[in-house]
Amino acid sequence: MADSGPATAQNNSAAAVALREVDVAFRLAQGGTYRAVERATLTVADGEFVAIVGPTGCGKSTLLNIAAGLLTPFAGQADIFGAPLSGLNRQAGYLFQADSLFPWKTALENVAIGPETAGVPASEARPRALEWLKRVGLGAFADRYPHMLSGGQRKRVGLAQVLIRDPKILLMDEPFGPLDAQTRQIMGNLLLDLWSADRKAVLFVTHDLEEAIALSDRVVIMSAGPSARIIGDWRVTLPRPRDISEVKLDPAFHELHRDIWHRLKAEVVKGYAQAEGAQ
Amino acid sequence: MSRVTLLTLQVLVAVISIALWYVLTTYPIFGKVLLPPFFFSNPVDVAKQVIAWFVSGVIWKHLWVTLSESILAFVLGSVGGVLVGFWFARQPRTAAVFDPYVKMVNALPRVVLAPIFTLWFGLGIWSKVALGITLVFFIVFFNVYQGVKEVSPTVLANARMLGMNERQLMRHVYWPSALSWMFSSLHTSVGFAVVGAVVGEYLGAAAGLGYLIQQAEGVFDVAGVFAGMFVLAAFVVIIDLLVSMVEKRLLVWRPAVGEGRP
Repeated sequence: MADSGPATAQNNSAAAVALREVDVAFRLAQGGTYRAVERATLTVADGEFVAIVGPTGCGKSTLLNIAAGLLTPFAGQADIFGAPLSGLNRQAGYLFQADSLFPWKTALENVAIGPETAGVPASEARPRALEWLKRVGLGAFADRYPHMLSGGQRKRVGLAQVLIRDPKILLMDEPFGPLDAQTRQIMGNLLLDLWSADRKAVLFVTHDLEEAIALSDRVVIMSAGPSARIIGDWRVTLPRPRDISEVKLDPAFHELHRDIWHRLKAEVVKGYAQAEGAQ
Repeated sequence: MSRVTLLTLQVLVAVISIALWYVLTTYPIFGKVLLPPFFFSNPVDVAKQVIAWFVSGVIWKHLWVTLSESILAFVLGSVGGVLVGFWFARQPRTAAVFDPYVKMVNALPRVVLAPIFTLWFGLGIWSKVALGITLVFFIVFFNVYQGVKEVSPTVLANARMLGMNERQLMRHVYWPSALSWMFSSLHTSVGFAVVGAVVGEYLGAAAGLGYLIQQAEGVFDVAGVFAGMFVLAAFVVIIDLLVSMVEKRLLVWRPAVGEGRP
């Protein structure tokens, strides 16, 4: 693996996110431990868009949870802008895979809750929230409750909810996973638009390699679990600004896709075999 | 089915039932009255009794007593249920310790408590309120307990990532979730509050709809029993309508039945 990650990782002490030799393990009910991730080292520089791709159940999301501070690593360390992380990562915004909006709040209230939690008075937070709803194209839906919105619209509200707090780091766990192909593309472009306005560090987990390449600056590949490891790190040099549907026609895109897929395929097969065996 | 047709059909059911009741209790069929008026009264007598109650105004006192007992039982039982439900859900150890006793008390048919409450609180409204509370409390308690425990972990993680502290989590996540579960059982708990009041009155009281029915039964006044039942039924329907209105306002954020819970 000539092109694998650690080389780029070491020399940047003030990286937005730096996971060093992180192990993730869970205690099993019947005794013993299940090692999900082993010695994962990964950095995301400030303003960099990094995608993690790997077979199902490889522990991509657990790495994200460690960067968020929702999960403590079994071994190793997570540094956020050079400082070791303890407790929740206050500089990160997290977009979840599952529905995470408050169902009892309107779209507007859902977006405004972040600033309001931080002590901004509602009279100030609400107009700002409306501004953000307009930015994600939902200005007319401010009074809707989440159940009245489509899946894509809920993701937009979620994006606004996270971005209004202006986090320095954006953690995204297959945020567009449940959406249909067209909506995913639109959401991807929206995300790139918003991101290019002020480049945050992004850690984006997905199982969709095309999506990963189209969006990110670097694609990190994980092996199948248990004891998943980071097995590859590719730089994506496609020019920005990108349009998701157009960038996929670029020959460089195809070349990269073929390269990465070649490495990933073996792991995906392994991952499936293990999932089948477990059943 | 349009609203008008539906309403017409609903009214038709009432008209036919009452007509059948009238015919069977009044006119002999094959030389025999199928429903002897002594046991089944007849609609005319029952209506007369109901009208007499409202004209003389005696009914208002009884309605008021039953209503206030139901409201007190509902409010006190709900407050208790919410507080204990919250407490148990946030303190799993306490919940585990009390679990068998909660199950035991809940399994007990509450009617057997009525005599004790009458001894403790007398024949006034408070013995009925106490009976109603024992019914309402458990419904609200179980719902709130469930509501707090079953908050979606993703919503909770999201709330924490958005920077909420314990107090804000309580206010923005646990509380609305628990309330939504409580309100989803609003019809049941209000119904049980009324049941507690009426059963309590029936078993021993000086006023109330249950008392009215019990008095009529004591002198074999079947028309009185039926009249009491009709007033009670109308009373419950009106309360249920009010509850539906309150529910609609409070749970605007919930999908209608069939859309699934968020």
